[in-house]
Amino acid sequence: MPAVSDSRWSAQGTTPGEIEAAMRDMLKERHAENESFAPARVLNMVCVVDKAWSGEIANRLRQVGRYHASRTVVLAVEPERERLDAVATIASDVHPKAGEFALLRETVIVDVGEKHLPALDTIVDPLVVTDLPTVLWSPHGHPEAVDVLLGLAQVVLLDSVDEPDLHEALDRALELSRKAYVVDLAWLRSTPWRERVAATFDPEHLRPDLRTISAVTVRHHPDSTAAAVLLIGWLASRLDWQPSKLIPRNGGLAGKAHARRQDVDLRLEPDPQLSVRGLAGLTLETASGRYLALDRGPGGLRAHYRNRKGDEREWTVLGASRGEPGILGEGIRQALLRDPTYTPSLEAANVLVP
Amino acid sequence: MTAVAATAENPLIEGLERLPIHPTTLVIFGATGDLAHRKLLPALYNLAHEGALPERFHLVGVARSDHAHEDFKAIAREAIGQFSRREPDPAVLDKLLEDVRYVPGTFDDPSVYETLAGTLDEFDTAAGMRMNRCFYLSTAPAFFPVIVRHLGQRKLCHEDGADVRVVIEKPFGTTLAEAEQLNREVLSVLDEHQVFRIDHYLGKETVQNMMAFRFANGLFEPVWNRNFIDHVQITAAEDIGIGSRAGYYDSAGALRDLIQNHMLQLLCHVAMEPPVNFTADEVRNEKVKVLHAIHAPTPDDIPYMAVRGQYAEGESGGEHVVGYLQEEGVPHDSNTETYAALRLEVDNWRWAGVPFYLRTGKRLARKVTEVAVTLKPVPHLAFKQEGSLGVRPNQLILTMQPNEGVSLSLGAKIPGTRMRIRPVYMEFLYGTSFLSQSPEAYERLITDAMRGDATLFTRNDEVEAQWRICDPIVRAWEAAPGPLPQYEAGSQGPAEAASLMLDGDEWRMI
Repeated sequence: MPAVSDSRWSAQGTTPGEIEAAMRDMLKERHAENESFAPARVLNMVCVVDKAWSGEIANRLRQVGRYHASRTVVLAVEPERERLDAVATIASDVHPKAGEFALLRETVIVDVGEKHLPALDTIVDPLVVTDLPTVLWSPHGHPEAVDVLLGLAQVVLLDSVDEPDLHEALDRALELSRKAYVVDLAWLRSTPWRERVAATFDPEHLRPDLRTISAVTVRHHPDSTAAAVLLIGWLASRLDWQPSKLIPRNGGLAGKAHARRQDVDLRLEPDPQLSVRGLAGLTLETASGRYLALDRGPGGLRAHYRNRKGDEREWTVLGASRGEPGILGEGIRQALLRDPTYTPSLEAANVLVP
Repeated sequence: MTAVAATAENPLIEGLERLPIHPTTLVIFGATGDLAHRKLLPALYNLAHEGALPERFHLVGVARSDHAHEDFKAIAREAIGQFSRREPDPAVLDKLLEDVRYVPGTFDDPSVYETLAGTLDEFDTAAGMRMNRCFYLSTAPAFFPVIVRHLGQRKLCHEDGADVRVVIEKPFGTTLAEAEQLNREVLSVLDEHQVFRIDHYLGKETVQNMMAFRFANGLFEPVWNRNFIDHVQITAAEDIGIGSRAGYYDSAGALRDLIQNHMLQLLCHVAMEPPVNFTADEVRNEKVKVLHAIHAPTPDDIPYMAVRGQYAEGESGGEHVVGYLQEEGVPHDSNTETYAALRLEVDNWRWAGVPFYLRTGKRLARKVTEVAVTLKPVPHLAFKQEGSLGVRPNQLILTMQPNEGVSLSLGAKIPGTRMRIRPVYMEFLYGTSFLSQSPEAYERLITDAMRGDATLFTRNDEVEAQWRICDPIVRAWEAAPGPLPQYEAGSQGPAEAASLMLDGDEWRMI
């Protein structure tokens, strides 16, 4: 959404103290101009990006809709940069009407060099709003910057499907989850699927069938194996399966998990037809003869169910696709919540990865 | 790790924000009416968009107008397009409306229920299961008992292997006797746990936040009693007139329209004891205790504890506006009140002697809904006023609309060489601290009803307790001849309202 009301400050060769003072002055000015301007005070977001790709990240952040962070601090990394340059803006999406207030969002973009990365926390610390939770997002890697900033951030936002090596992706997520709360966009891509599986087995008479699940197949975008393996990790951790390593088979991955009553066949199948990242479909089969398939379809997930007697039914589980901007927005929103099932799912997923 | 065998709980729901709802068919009686058009159908679309409807969901509309299924789909599509809080996604909208059914007929016609039963069975057969049934009565109140009776006669109110619930819109009776009679008729067919009496105010985040404010913060509870609180003012003011609602409003009036339900609910939220837990009955038990602690006024009490008024012509928002009696559709000799104010006392250990002032009205100075809690003044003042506004008792103001928030007035020193004090405000706006847009009240209430959670709905004894307080006033006002005290449109209300205030208390400026 384009801002309709902006204050802007910029400086070259500046310091964090100067930037922070400029932010304070701009907030005072806006409030003096109109008392109805109120700064949003939900969370800080610190983004570490490559300067060359910072425009693309700015675009993604612009599209997250109402889930903007209150203060976004973007650290744009240029390899040879020696000094700090900064641009700070304070913007509102609306002009306040009488009796209403208008939220102000603050953005600071600081150009930094690689030489600044080992002490990046001393640059960021003065720039984040005290007492608000801080979420850290480093979509272009820079693990050394992430490690330095972990002392300031309570939440790390990442996307396990961004990392081409699945093992490294889940290993890194697990390592970070021991130091901060991790919001993994790959995990959020599986939310509607988890909700639907949970709903299918929610009627009391169907809950015992959870113990009889004998096969799980997850179809996924070729780049989204991490999302698929996290979904299987979720089932394994919630249902007390003992998973073993998956092995490559027919272009995908396959393996087994040991459940209390029987082994569960696991299959991950890349779907090249899927144009967006995430999951394409899911099939669950039980030893008792039930079969449930969920696949992306118009207006929601297309469900195909077969009961023990062989009766088959199809219907659509309604829901709109969130799209990539929606997933990022959801990631920012989730920074304020806590999902206790992610880390156990991640641990189980880590066991599955070949 | 969760051992499945160790518990009957569904281990997969841990960590999910949205809990599953059993497959449900929702039947809206009055499906072509204004409420369905503006609120219910758009709410259903938004739930569908967010994936918050039950995994399997069917919608049936019932109304008098003679339409085919396709006509009703077109009506629903138009309503959603016009009133949804988000732009509809065509694919989701198509799927939501794909299998919608419409049953035309009058609500006292048994064949309507026969057709409805056939439709419900058809959906169950297609699903291969007994789907829950949720009947939403969005009709004129006269039809509530008629519909419930017919649902009972056609044996649609109880279903083996599925839950049947009935949502009843307001008003739930227009007098105590009517409310009691309606409860008797409804409960002769349904069990109380199947009945969901709507007070859409309870579905608002703002009202739910009052419970969070009181029971999740240790700061306020120690002073939340007669020892520290001087009085409480609850205001629901509107700057608009009655618009096109003359027919309804002139038969209802401000007392029935807002005080009997919404404002007494706000009072309950302010005055209730902390419930043991937030289950429906525990919360409602505590609210009913508050209502029982308010004495029903006698005819002799009423002139001293209740004031009514009617707006006269005046200026509102810079425009000249007509008075109530000049509004289109209003009888020129109407005695319906457009303003009502009450002074109530909650006679229990916590609140004895603390007046609760309630006021509501149309065409007042501005739109605001708030609860203002005024604390007692400090026992000894060491400062002189010295040409300042001086020390005022602290006020805690919980604003529901337009800007939901909490404001606490404090005395602070004016910069300078002298010790001069004036009130300042510590303000918190919910909108600055949360990322999410609040869902429409109806979205929350529809999902709660389908889930069977009655916490935000009014129980039978609660409705009757509300009426027990308001009914004597309704009767006294109906018996008293007009004309009513007038107040200028755009003003603070009738001057007579000041007579309710005790010992130097003053109405807050609207």
